[in-house]
Amino acid sequence: MKIFRWLGLAALALTVGGTAQAATIKIGVVLPYSGANADLGHQIDKAFDLYVKLHAKDIAPHKVQIIKRDEGPPTGAQAKRVTTELITNDKVPLVTGFVFSPSAIALAPVINQAKVPMVIANAGTAWITKLSPYYVRLSFSMWHPAFPMGPYAYDKLGCKTATVAYTDFPPGKDSVLAFKTGFEKAGGKVTLSIPMGSPVQVPDFTPFFQRIKDAHPDCMYVFVPSGAHATGVMKAYGELGLRKAGIKLIGPMDLVPDNKLQDMGDAAIGTIVMGHYAVDLDNAANKKFKEEWHKAYGPDSYPDFMSAAGWDTMHAIFDTIKKLNGNLSDAKKVVAALEGWSTDGPRGHVMIDPKTRDIVEDEHAMEVYRKPDGKLGEKIIGTTKAVHDECKILKVGRCK
Amino acid sequence: MSHFATIAVSILFDGLAYAMFLFITSVGLSVTMGLMGFVNLAHGAFAMCGGFFVVSLTRSLGVPFIPSLIIASVAVGAISVPFERYLYRQLYKSTDLEQVLLTIGLAFMAIATFTYFYGPIPKSVPLPDWLEGDVNLGFRAFPSYRAFLIVIGAALIAALWYAFEKTNIGAKIRAAVDNRRMAESVGINVDRLFTLTFALGSGLAALGGGLAIQLFGLTPSFAVLYLVLFLVVVAVGGLGSLKGTLLAALVIGIIDTGGKYAFPVAGNLFIYAITVIVLLIKPAGFYGRE
Repeated sequence: MKIFRWLGLAALALTVGGTAQAATIKIGVVLPYSGANADLGHQIDKAFDLYVKLHAKDIAPHKVQIIKRDEGPPTGAQAKRVTTELITNDKVPLVTGFVFSPSAIALAPVINQAKVPMVIANAGTAWITKLSPYYVRLSFSMWHPAFPMGPYAYDKLGCKTATVAYTDFPPGKDSVLAFKTGFEKAGGKVTLSIPMGSPVQVPDFTPFFQRIKDAHPDCMYVFVPSGAHATGVMKAYGELGLRKAGIKLIGPMDLVPDNKLQDMGDAAIGTIVMGHYAVDLDNAANKKFKEEWHKAYGPDSYPDFMSAAGWDTMHAIFDTIKKLNGNLSDAKKVVAALEGWSTDGPRGHVMIDPKTRDIVEDEHAMEVYRKPDGKLGEKIIGTTKAVHDECKILKVGRCK
Repeated sequence: MSHFATIAVSILFDGLAYAMFLFITSVGLSVTMGLMGFVNLAHGAFAMCGGFFVVSLTRSLGVPFIPSLIIASVAVGAISVPFERYLYRQLYKSTDLEQVLLTIGLAFMAIATFTYFYGPIPKSVPLPDWLEGDVNLGFRAFPSYRAFLIVIGAALIAALWYAFEKTNIGAKIRAAVDNRRMAESVGINVDRLFTLTFALGSGLAALGGGLAIQLFGLTPSFAVLYLVLFLVVVAVGGLGSLKGTLLAALVIGIIDTGGKYAFPVAGNLFIYAITVIVLLIKPAGFYGRE
């Protein structure tokens, strides 16, 4: 009889072992699916879905189960609630997404206590990665585009004076601080700094821009969330005739998101942004990415910098699943697997800096122009290779 | 002209344009609240609906901008009638809370419906050339679209003033706002009057929504995003008062624009400071009855 008991135990062990080998891994995705910024969520969501659809076989025999939750408005409260629910009720071993910095900031205590890695696909305030050892960022820090824009504007665009204007929340402050640091290091002078209300509503930009027009700087550096705000900025900039007045519009790539560019019209032409992605970026991975995107979402839908980061984010998560053979239960191992991860994605060569758990990527200066086919496009006029988060290098403010 | 005078004129101009948008969009809300005491939080949804009609008419059907505005206003005014007849009417005698629940629910349903059909990406409209540039008044150039807003606003104010003060229907509306039971006693059909003003208010909201596309871009969340602003205008102006709504829109539009120009750090402080001060001194608003 004993032999049967042993056989039974062995069979049981085999079954248990078998399921452990082909695991279904739950991944919590938190993105804004409703409200004024829902399209930002959709840009990343589409990239996630596309990656999962095309690469599900890469992680065989494992499977992923994506559980989506609404991040809500850019205030952090709802994101904190739904992410806590994902961790405690759905028991996800990893959360990703997070468009808004306030969400990532609000969630730090939860993540630290739960020890569940968060792979950030957008939220860009520089010091976020300092808040938790379980934060890994695949997107960017506000400093990635904003800091190199400083010397570029001074040296290449002939801006001696600049005005900064920003949406008054953490990434806005961060972006203008980064630009100011880079710009003043290069020798320029920021003459005026204008906060432009909360990210929740698009304000009437006219009074702010009128003030800038009267101050007459060489350049105006503007940061707004890349949703409806960006369209509003372009309209006010065009209406007030600021380009005619000789004031160049510059900013991070959020100012001319690829999926809204066509609607911005002539006012956008000549705008110069710094960023790590544009639809027209010329590399093999991006060609493939665009092709698959249009195949899945139609010819009128375009990926943007958020989608590109979203694609790389899911890629990194899949590679981690492969590397850890489907077992994401140990947060430290997950983070260790992500540190130093690199790929040639739609953005070009990117890498996770193992020291900071933040991305290293190329930054391109891009000018909006009218393409021969009549559509608006962005052409690259300068590139800075392998940019690290300068905030953490210079140890500015909360990046210490 | 001195530097400060130029700045003052430009703030006045921009503020006036903003005030006209506020007035056009809020006046309907004020009248319905004054007339029926009905809290219509779906007002912004009618404005958003008008905005999307303008987008569809101009983008998909190639109708020019100005006719699109008119068609959208009339269409939304007409669409609002069955809502008033079959939904709102049920709750005239109910508490404020029930009215608020119904109408905010309608607003959320409208957001979901329009997101389904139009998507959440902000929409813009093609403007005729003469609205794209600026008008130069010698000492300073002003965006033509803002000038256009002021002209439309002024024309509407004149038309509404005439309708309210000089016509039979206007007199009936004023009578019903003043004392509804008395008005009914002398044979005024207040129900029908209300349907009419409700349609007019919704139509004007739609016009405001169409005009707002160029200012803020249009997304389905327009339905609730600016609602607080409209309610502030109505509260400061006094329920049911045309004059009050106009004055409140002017005060808020101009002071907010000036505040943003001179003290951008203060954010929305100016709007709320005005609201608090006015309501402390006159709890029923500028021209509301205590």
